[in-house]
Amino acid sequence: MEHLHTFLQQVINGVSLGSIYALIALGYTMVYGIIKLINFAHGDIYMVGAYIGFFAITKLNMTFIPALVTAMVFCAVLGIIIERVAYKPLRNSTRIAALITAIGVSLFLEYTGMLIVTPQPRAFPDVIPQTKFNFFSGSVYITNQQAVIFIVAVVLMFLLQYIVYKTKIGKAMRAVSYDKDTALLMGVNVNTTISATFAIGSSLAAAAGILVGIYYTSISPLMGIVPGLKAFVAAVLGGIGSIPGAAVGGLLMGVIEAMVSGYWSSTLRDAVAFGILILILIIRPSGIFGSNVREKV
Amino acid sequence: MQKFLNKQTVITSLILCALYLLVQISVVFDLLNPFYTLNIILIGINIILAVSLSLIIGFTGQLAIGHAGFMAVGAYTSSILTVKLGQPFPLAILAGSVAAAIIGFVIGLPTLRLKGDYLAIATLGFGEIIKVLLINFEYVGGASGFHGIPHITSWSWVFFLALFTVIFIKNFINSTHGRACISVREDEIAAETMGINTTKYKVMAFTIGAFFAGTAGALFAHYFYILQPNNFGFLRSVDYLVMVVFGGLGSISGSILAAIVLTIINAALQSVAELRMIFFSVLLIAIMIFRPQGLMGNKEFSLQFFNRLLRGGKQRDLAQGK
Repeated sequence: MEHLHTFLQQVINGVSLGSIYALIALGYTMVYGIIKLINFAHGDIYMVGAYIGFFAITKLNMTFIPALVTAMVFCAVLGIIIERVAYKPLRNSTRIAALITAIGVSLFLEYTGMLIVTPQPRAFPDVIPQTKFNFFSGSVYITNQQAVIFIVAVVLMFLLQYIVYKTKIGKAMRAVSYDKDTALLMGVNVNTTISATFAIGSSLAAAAGILVGIYYTSISPLMGIVPGLKAFVAAVLGGIGSIPGAAVGGLLMGVIEAMVSGYWSSTLRDAVAFGILILILIIRPSGIFGSNVREKV
Repeated sequence: MQKFLNKQTVITSLILCALYLLVQISVVFDLLNPFYTLNIILIGINIILAVSLSLIIGFTGQLAIGHAGFMAVGAYTSSILTVKLGQPFPLAILAGSVAAAIIGFVIGLPTLRLKGDYLAIATLGFGEIIKVLLINFEYVGGASGFHGIPHITSWSWVFFLALFTVIFIKNFINSTHGRACISVREDEIAAETMGINTTKYKVMAFTIGAFFAGTAGALFAHYFYILQPNNFGFLRSVDYLVMVVFGGLGSISGSILAAIVLTIINAALQSVAELRMIFFSVLLIAIMIFRPQGLMGNKEFSLQFFNRLLRGGKQRDLAQGK
């Protein structure tokens, strides 16, 4: 019975962590789907989101929801600027060039962040005081923070699903990701659509940043690297370019990571995450929900 | 033509001999401040790393960003041999390089089937796995580091191994195999159509690159007394990526030049670490936007190049005839 309780507890921890990964993974998947670029800077936008949330709460005395919206708007703008300045000039160059630029943008955000907010980690303010809901006479519990994280993530995912499948801009996104040139011929404004994709992806990352601040109560300028990479693994696991894939991949990653730290060793969880990535890439590079794309000459 | 090349080789050798003796004399008679000596050694080690990474990224066109991982394998293997097993240094260097090459082969075989961006992430992931494993490996000191490594690396070791690396890779590129690697970079599908076994050449370039990264790691370990897994993280791989990109994708002399210049910039900006990284990142973005082939492109910087400048392009035909 005790085993079952530990297992359930790890699943709960994993799902709340995984919903954060899923939010970041969605941004990766959307950007990859539309311009075939792994946006390395995505994890750092999530860091910026966490800091904006931090300053909105501590300096402007905002509550949780307004801080969340502020960070999302700020990062949406940041995402658009990054795309316009760094990625747009490279849209027709080689993928290796675009990838190296993305690494450059990522380093730029990290170290500019260090310069502005100092490398010291900061304690994220306690906007949602923790309460525990106990089950099975206290051996399994859910905190209200975990619940909030899960609910916010699910709401945002449904919102995204709505935008992509029910609105005009969503239709444009799908068209551009299917075939950019044809979409252009059909009168879709490709530049606006790509900007919108970056804006949406970045705002989801910002939301994830604040949620992580609440969950781990500590933020630092380099906090984006590892979760960013893991979210990327999640996106590949689910099938890069697929929105439900990113959500499922994120949740799976969270649960696997919680299981590894719960049953094995928490220092090995990063190695396991990357091990999964390499395995997936070798066995099924298109991921769970992805479809095999045949290469055209 | 042949005669001209010979003359060039002689002059190059003379310059290299002079360079070697100059630094060797300064080191022996203690004319240099230790900070300069350290950076000269570091330049040599970085040249090995930049040129070997250039073979993978610049010439074969495979974006691998786990070079620090191979360096770590070489560093730790060689240190285990000298510290724990009491073996001589040359054997340790060889073992470190071979170990890195074997790991490179094992990693390369499955991951090189992947295209550009996936390969980048897979090699990055592999670099992180090596780091995490070393942190958890108590035999080599775990997270606190591997202490008490003898200080054996000298200017002579670094100079001759760097020279060997450059000559080996230069000759490799000018061989049939090297040409095949370049064709893979230019167009993989076309290369395959011409009957080139692309996987074989990608793995070959990757293994050779890993081998020399291991050599550099062994030299590095035996200069700094101590190894820490966190020294071999993603950021170190990025340092070498910047060197290759800065120097030119497909230029050995460009990589050498970049290794020298960036090591000096690194040393100069040591006190302002954050500014240094901001500078590097802006440099990366700017080069990719304005000169995506890198500063040197695929041009080589040689005596011929000088000749051409002096004689106002009269040698152009000769150079092209090469």
